[in-house]
Amino acid sequence: MVGAAIAYYLARGGMTDCVLVEADYLSSGATGRCGGGIRQQWSTEANTRLAIESVREFSTLEEELDADIEFLQGGYLVLAYTDEDVAQFEKNVGLQQGLGLDVAILTPDEIVERVVPELNTDGVRMATYCPSDASANPFLTTQAYADAARRLGVEIELFTPVTRVLTDGGKVTGVETSRGTISAPLVVNVAGSHSVPIAATAGVDLPITPCRRQILVTEPLERFFHPMIISFSFGIYFRQAKHGSVIGGFGDPDEPAGFNQTSSLEFLTTMSAKLAFLMPRLRSVKVVRQWGGLYDLTPDAQPLLGETDGVEGFFQANGFSGHGFMVAPKVAMLVAQAVAGTEPDLDISRLNARRFTDGPVTTDKSVV
Amino acid sequence: MNRDVIICRCEDVTYGEIVDAIDAGLTTTEEIKRILRCGMGPCQGRTCSRLIARIIAEKTGAKAPDVPYPAVRPPTRPVEIGTLEEPGAVRIETLTGTGDEE
Repeated sequence: MVGAAIAYYLARGGMTDCVLVEADYLSSGATGRCGGGIRQQWSTEANTRLAIESVREFSTLEEELDADIEFLQGGYLVLAYTDEDVAQFEKNVGLQQGLGLDVAILTPDEIVERVVPELNTDGVRMATYCPSDASANPFLTTQAYADAARRLGVEIELFTPVTRVLTDGGKVTGVETSRGTISAPLVVNVAGSHSVPIAATAGVDLPITPCRRQILVTEPLERFFHPMIISFSFGIYFRQAKHGSVIGGFGDPDEPAGFNQTSSLEFLTTMSAKLAFLMPRLRSVKVVRQWGGLYDLTPDAQPLLGETDGVEGFFQANGFSGHGFMVAPKVAMLVAQAVAGTEPDLDISRLNARRFTDGPVTTDKSVV
Repeated sequence: MNRDVIICRCEDVTYGEIVDAIDAGLTTTEEIKRILRCGMGPCQGRTCSRLIARIIAEKTGAKAPDVPYPAVRPPTRPVEIGTLEEPGAVRIETLTGTGDEE
């Protein structure tokens, strides 16, 4: 998604001599395996601003790209179970409201009365609810960006793995692929976890750890709740897609690093227990499918954006750490501005990979 | 073939929609599944994957047996959450603050 979106924004800005190189098919990577949530509730000002801007872009994207992406502003309900949750959420809401976000704290009774009547609130201390948080279909969004980029003149080469980033005297000169070499003075590495081996061919060491996350989807049901329901302490996220199916997952804190994307029975049975607990009516609903995908985790769970120190013209847009889809429209626009040599309209220098060699970093508390 | 013939019975995807997708550049069963949803329903493509591979073969000149089917994802058949749930997996009184999100 990030790659297709950057290609689109580059072409929209006039840089139409651009090639998107995809190892497999569009959205075969992390985007096509994600939950499709679009959240603005973050614990730092910079991330909240970026997320608010991204929702603004998402909300006009169907018109701009002339395609249905199943964008739905069903809100996000974030459940608090622990003292730490409550303290953090109270702080977050103050910050978020100060930035103009339509977020509120709800009591367990208010959750049931106003937002999700069928939610089991046993153990829930409170929740934060932001009705303008959203979701969209990751496949359709990626395809919409790619189609719009193509219409502007971008070439898209599918089933073409990049085998090497070519450099000469500290400058990027192109990429070598399985189907030949492409000369280019500007290269953006948007390969998620696979960005690490790609960057290594140019002598660049990216601080990204690939790590599996799993997810499942049920048969479709008539709509019975609107928001994405998540909890950091309970360990869950789930929503009801426009199609009607319930889609969700959780992260296993003991998951080892690596490129494994297989499905496990343990995930299926534990996730089922979590869904059955929170939404008892789901006990009679069937799971249709489960799958795995990769988080590209950075040490502070924030992406790596911008030009690479030591390799002129080689840009990174990776390390999204499990929340790339939701910020992709705005981030892609900002990276495209940086690639084109113009000043990004939000400062992204704090997200350059050099932050890990420059000194202390700020970690957002709303990420795990 | 009539464009209105249903190829994916779970998700109501027609022959015409599949042909249009191939014409728009989606040349594998994986890509067509992701955009049109065929193979995402309860039967998991057991009925339609072979038909779609055949349509791709006809449109692209490939041999039908050479067109790969989409990845098989568990469970093999849909199973109720109440059957799958692990007893005792949820213990809200011991929550400590590790978790994850979307």
